[in-house]
Amino acid sequence: MTLFGYRLPMMSSLILWCLVWELVGRLELVLLFPPFSGVVAALFDLVTLQKFWGATWTTLSTFCIGMTLAIAVGVPLGVLMGRVKAAENLLGMWVNVFVSAPLSALVPVLMILFGMGEKTIVVSVFLFAVWIIVLDTQAGVKNMQPSLIEMAKSFGAHRPALYAKIILWAALPEILAGIRLGFIRGVKGVVIGQLLVSIIGYGELFELYSRSFLMEEFWALTIVLFAFALICAELIGMLEKRVEYYAGVRQ
Amino acid sequence: MDARIDDVVAARLAAEPDERARSRRQLLAWRLASIALFCAAWEFAGRIPINLAFPTFLETVEAFGEMLADGTMLRAYFITLQPLVIGVVLSGIIGVSAGVAMGLRKSVEWVGAPVFIVLQAAPVAALIPMVTFIYGIGMTAKVISVCLLALPVIVLNSYKAVANVNPSLLAMCRCFLGNRLQQIVKIILPDASPVIFAGLRLGISAGFIGIILAELLITPTGIGDLITYHRAVANYAHMYASIASIIVFSALTLTLLQWVEVTLFRPEKQR
Amino acid sequence: MVAVSRKISAGPVFPGAEMASPESIITVKGINKVYPGQVHALKDVDLDFPAGALTTLLGPSGCGKTTLLKIIAGLLAPTTGEVLVKGRAVTGPGPERAFVFQDFALMPWATVLRNVAFGLELRNVAPKERQDIARHYIGEVGLAGFEEKYPHELSGGMRQRVGLARALAVNADVLLLDEPFSAVDEQTRRKFQEDLLRLRETERKTFLFVTHSIEEAVYLSDRIVLLSRRPGRISQIIEPKIDRSGSPDEIRRDQAYLDIVEEIWQGLRQFVD
Repeated sequence: MTLFGYRLPMMSSLILWCLVWELVGRLELVLLFPPFSGVVAALFDLVTLQKFWGATWTTLSTFCIGMTLAIAVGVPLGVLMGRVKAAENLLGMWVNVFVSAPLSALVPVLMILFGMGEKTIVVSVFLFAVWIIVLDTQAGVKNMQPSLIEMAKSFGAHRPALYAKIILWAALPEILAGIRLGFIRGVKGVVIGQLLVSIIGYGELFELYSRSFLMEEFWALTIVLFAFALICAELIGMLEKRVEYYAGVRQ
Repeated sequence: MDARIDDVVAARLAAEPDERARSRRQLLAWRLASIALFCAAWEFAGRIPINLAFPTFLETVEAFGEMLADGTMLRAYFITLQPLVIGVVLSGIIGVSAGVAMGLRKSVEWVGAPVFIVLQAAPVAALIPMVTFIYGIGMTAKVISVCLLALPVIVLNSYKAVANVNPSLLAMCRCFLGNRLQQIVKIILPDASPVIFAGLRLGISAGFIGIILAELLITPTGIGDLITYHRAVANYAHMYASIASIIVFSALTLTLLQWVEVTLFRPEKQR
Repeated sequence: MVAVSRKISAGPVFPGAEMASPESIITVKGINKVYPGQVHALKDVDLDFPAGALTTLLGPSGCGKTTLLKIIAGLLAPTTGEVLVKGRAVTGPGPERAFVFQDFALMPWATVLRNVAFGLELRNVAPKERQDIARHYIGEVGLAGFEEKYPHELSGGMRQRVGLARALAVNADVLLLDEPFSAVDEQTRRKFQEDLLRLRETERKTFLFVTHSIEEAVYLSDRIVLLSRRPGRISQIIEPKIDRSGSPDEIRRDQAYLDIVEEIWQGLRQFVD
């Protein structure tokens, strides 16, 4: 949007919202919102805490393991479902159910099966992220030009080469889109998992802050999480743009 | 006029119902096979057993039947669905209007879109404990939880759908002298409706996540109570039955919504 | 029997609209179009379009022929210059012009009948009346019996017939066709061209036609405006006076027809890399 002839950058309205937040906090209108400046101050305190870094490490490591697993399982499964009709018919329904299922209901089961520790968090990250990766990979493989496969075959490409050099690359834009969405869901998974387990990582801190009503610290931690999620999504988005140039040519 | 080609097309159109019926039967067969496979795998895993806390499929079904018979299941759903329905309806009305407004007006887009982009990418679930502590354990906190999770995706989908409306159809409407209102009602909204509906479906599925999370985190009620209670007393079959039922229930709800969308709004998809 | 007249400039420049020759329904005066980023799409275009004739804008891709058509339609504003339709300056789309789109621009959620009646629907014509008119033109373009079908059930050629019927239904004086056959296969395209010639006879309207096909232009047009490469300007105006009384196949084998095609190609090949 333009104001007085200047084009305002898209995200610039967030500054406005922070000001509104500050105002709402100062006027004590909504209990949920302490003044934004207080949250920023708490943020600086937070990053000096030993406990915060410990929790960050737990969160990051469980998140990364879970995501790696989700990609390692999701992409091959998606390719399989994109290439083999029977696999698509047998599994498609379940992937579609789980991609939109209330997976938060499954976390209690995970807590029983995997204990109240990091394993449960890893599995919840995996479960939140994997389905969308499968779905997008499958879409990418199914929507690729059939002529590309015929081309590779006519030039004598064998099966491994066909998959490694043609199919994976042709489906790359969709795979990356799936991984980006998987990231966003994975972050939700790590948070929901930790909230429900509530004795490790950020979950423990959230529990502590909300029980003792430390609003500013609570929001500071939330902002750290939001920022992490946004930065991850942006980074993958940039990678996506780089492969988009040939994705655009496909049409 | 073009007899040959028209004949071909007419023949194709006539042949289609048959073909479609056959492919529908085939799809149904695959669906059933897929369900049978899943149940068999579950039963097998339960029989080994992979974990003492992992009941077999048949035990779970039995538990489900039991809970259905003594009315606990229905009561739980009655409690769970109230805040869910209120939250989803609220999010739907507010979200679609806000998203459409953002798509139509640059100034609204500038103010609103970034907030929802952040909320969509961020783990909003983290806010639920706080909401509970402030609004208590009642209906308000649950409805807010549902809205927190459902609203961003509904808003963003509506916004993107309206912003990316087919420019050629817009030009067509202008060419045939449509005014702004006609453009919105006759072109933009119908063209955007599939994506708006997709957003509503995603919103509902997020709402399910929200309500279950709220019920597990907040003092257990409804389905969340069934899950927590049966876990506490190690009634694992009952616990699994509750979880499976809510997952199946959400899947059925989404399918139903899709059916409603096609029947009411997409006449061309019914052919 | 064939004469090729050629004018390098685009005819006389009129001091005022009221003085435009009664024959010309559209006057284009000093049109320049510069897109953001200094892309000069059209440069100093002056043209008249005679009423009742089929004029083709022909040129290499990127010569601005579609831009010119959209400026005449009122969909785009020129950077400088103006367009007069029936003596009045164009500020936007108007009831005397109807557009046929390259990508058909049919509403996928509406039946053929509603699509064709859409222009009348926007003008608040009563349902019964607009449907009767739409049915008439659906018959005219040869789609009778397909009224209740949806666009995705039709072939590409049939979809464009719907687009044509929609443009005819609003009873405009001028039909603007933007590469209407480019998304249609060759056989359908030929059949469509023949039908268009026949429709011209019955409908008595002015046609403005954009194409990149030389054969199509020569086959259909009373007048061909050749545009040069970007920045597009008028390089030649050709009036192929072909005897169209014979059968389509005779015309396509006619020596004069072939000569003009060849001549245009010679004129255009300098613009092709």
